[in-house]
Amino acid sequence: MLFRIFLNKLYFIQLKDHFTIFAVVVVNKNYITEMSAIIILIILGIVVAGGFLVAFIWAVRSGQYDDDYSPSVRMLFENKKHKEDTSPSTENLNPKQ
Amino acid sequence: MPGQACVHCGADCGKHPVIWEDKPFCCHGCKTVYQILHEKDMGEYYKIQPMSGIRIQTESQSNKFAFLDNEELKKQILDFTDGNISKVKFFVPSIHCASCIWLLEHLDTLNPAISYSAVNFPKKEVYITFRNDQISLRQIAELLAAIHYIPEITLDQLEKKGSNKAGRNLLVKIGIAAFSFMNIMMYSFPEYLPGGDLLEQDFKDVFGWLSFILILPVVFYSASDYFLTAFKGLKHKIISIDIPITLGIMALFFESSYAVFSGNGIGYMDSLAGLVFFLLIGKWYQGKTYEALSFERDYKSYFPVAITRLNGDREEIIPIKNLHKGDRILVRNQELVPADARLIKGKGNIDYAFVTGESIPVPKQKDDFIYAGGRQVGSSIELEVVNEVEQSYLTQLWNQKDARQTSNSLDNHINNISQYFTIAVLVIAFSAFAFWSFHDLNTAIYVFTSVLIIACPCALALTIPFTFGNTMRVFGRKGFYLKQTEVIEQLHKTTTLVFDKTGTLTLSRKMAVAFEGIKLSAEMLDKVKSMVRHSSHPLSASLYEHLKAEPIYEATHYEEIPGMGLTGLIEGERFNLGSRQFVLGIPEQSDSKESRVYLSISGKQCGYFSIKNVYREGLDIVINDLKLHYDLHLLSGDNEAEKAHLQAVFGSEAILKFNQSPTDKKAYVESLKKSGKNVLMIGDGLNDAGALAVSNTGISIADDVFSFSPACDAILESSKFAQLNQFIRFTKTSFSIVRLSFFISFLYNIVGLSFAVMAVLSPLFAAILMPVSSVSVVVFATISTRWMAGKKLK
Repeated sequence: MLFRIFLNKLYFIQLKDHFTIFAVVVVNKNYITEMSAIIILIILGIVVAGGFLVAFIWAVRSGQYDDDYSPSVRMLFENKKHKEDTSPSTENLNPKQ
Repeated sequence: MPGQACVHCGADCGKHPVIWEDKPFCCHGCKTVYQILHEKDMGEYYKIQPMSGIRIQTESQSNKFAFLDNEELKKQILDFTDGNISKVKFFVPSIHCASCIWLLEHLDTLNPAISYSAVNFPKKEVYITFRNDQISLRQIAELLAAIHYIPEITLDQLEKKGSNKAGRNLLVKIGIAAFSFMNIMMYSFPEYLPGGDLLEQDFKDVFGWLSFILILPVVFYSASDYFLTAFKGLKHKIISIDIPITLGIMALFFESSYAVFSGNGIGYMDSLAGLVFFLLIGKWYQGKTYEALSFERDYKSYFPVAITRLNGDREEIIPIKNLHKGDRILVRNQELVPADARLIKGKGNIDYAFVTGESIPVPKQKDDFIYAGGRQVGSSIELEVVNEVEQSYLTQLWNQKDARQTSNSLDNHINNISQYFTIAVLVIAFSAFAFWSFHDLNTAIYVFTSVLIIACPCALALTIPFTFGNTMRVFGRKGFYLKQTEVIEQLHKTTTLVFDKTGTLTLSRKMAVAFEGIKLSAEMLDKVKSMVRHSSHPLSASLYEHLKAEPIYEATHYEEIPGMGLTGLIEGERFNLGSRQFVLGIPEQSDSKESRVYLSISGKQCGYFSIKNVYREGLDIVINDLKLHYDLHLLSGDNEAEKAHLQAVFGSEAILKFNQSPTDKKAYVESLKKSGKNVLMIGDGLNDAGALAVSNTGISIADDVFSFSPACDAILESSKFAQLNQFIRFTKTSFSIVRLSFFISFLYNIVGLSFAVMAVLSPLFAAILMPVSSVSVVVFATISTRWMAGKKLK
């Protein structure tokens, strides 16, 4: 049923009798049902949560959880000017004129 | 009266600080570091954390890192190189504060050839990226040493490279379990609300299928370790706690999958995901280890990676593994003898502090045999290798891998309980099944799975990780570091304590000094102290520390003769200080129980300073307390001089043995174990390594827990020795807490099981009971351990 949803208009979707979801969903008027709205929300929910899960796994694998102390002090250090002076990236950014 | 505090390291500067720019320093080393940082405008270091610097005892010799020029070793040490840019990782044990991180991450200011440096604080490692053509690996190591962050490079680190993949995998498993748990809980929610059964079939199907898909990685990835260990346990005919857990997980999974496939909602999927999530959290909490501490040191952690070999007249630096029998080697001041060898040339003066805990060097003559592990103090010596590194007397002893690790972890307390538990659960499940099968087979199957589900010992399995995990953390904060939580169980079972003497019961650095002979005037004492100020020999250091005098005189024509003594002129008087041979010309008495430093002034004999080991503070109290509960034994490599005194402290029942070689110690501990004792061995030097390895629990005592301790199960900070009895006794408290938690989780089980056998267990009931029981047990274990620790550990 999901595949029959086409982008079209904005709707307010009413769920059951006493329960109104104030959601902005773009669907074809003909196929709008209570079902599809919830399913879209669920899919959205999984995609968003899944995004965070992937981000978490990436963070773990890249070693961000290996050291839980130094980042907390590192962010308080003042960055000195010479850092930029010696970094090779800035040299490349200044084309010779 | 204390003097000013050193601007660099905070140590007391004494009466005569080294002054630079009106700032006091305790020594020239500290001043030099300050100057280096000051020149580069890096005063920030002292602002982040005042007096954060590191004081080093002895200046390192200039060629300490010469081996880093050796291509073969360089290749092993570098993590990455492309000819231009190289990356390296150094272990720097002295990293201790925010200032350290700041300085080590601003190495590029000190030397622009270093392009990047980052610190891993818990591991005490620094990662450095540098340009090959502008700076060599050796220069980097020397730069670090110049600012007193001396990198420790050992054979051990070279051989096993690799990161903590296991720890990361566990985090990923927890993440996936948490993700599935939260989402499935959302889908289960409608069923738990009033009117949930009105939910349309379409929804039920969709929620069911989604939950089923989400639970698959939880069961087959996150929970896979439980299946594996349960299976391994069964293979060895051991019923571990993992078996009822596995049974519970499988029952939950199949029951819920059946519900999904038959269109009856989503069953117990949320409980299943929650269960796995909680179990993994417990595992993570228990698995916390002290990363910078090493409990598995063998000789490779002590030995240098390279040595100077003499090839004819040529000196060459070779990796230690290329060293062969018959090779001639050169060992310089402060270098370690890497293999059993014979002295060929030079005056040997060997400090066996790492081996025996005795820090006073032993003089060696030509053709004397020198055991591997000694450190030369004084001028360079030439040696001929007699045994290869691997075959040296002590390395062989250290190499013995202890067999206990494997048997230990399976045969523990919780597994004993889980045996009865598993059998009881299976009996209940089958009898309930038999009972209901007379009425209705479907109900019987439902009851059978319900029993397995509700009896899944999640709370039981969480008790030990949280109680012991907390105990381990509390111990760690008090200076007693355990290798893993299983050690708590072994400590609890201890019946017999075996002590080493030198370095364990006695202080390795501090000595008691007394003078025998003519009365020395205050002025003379001042002069003696001025003399010993220049020497780094341990006896000189003890004298310097002990003498209540002022080193205000300047010694001229000062000379230190290694293995012999000091000589110098103060106000025209010749002071000779040192061995009997040196001062009196009479050979040393070998049976004396103390070290003596003889003194003569202008040829006139004055007598000697006797320097004795001092027992640790609180020794009497600790031993008095321990002897009420345990059998005490003492194994010492020394002679019997102290026997009477020690017997008085230990009590008449204790067995004291003297003149014990490392092999004797090991054999003695083994024989104690054979007679059914659970042995706790406490030692410090490498000569205890064998005994520590065969004991049930090996504790090594260390002044600096980050370096030099033999392989063991726990490391005790030497200043915390007086609390040893408290630590051992606290494990009993931990066990009481575990028993109480078991009791609580059994109560939950009785309630749950009674519902299950009556065939009225609903997913809602399980979803509430299971997390509540887990969380309440965790909270109870955590809070009670902390509270008891606050009360019992001072």
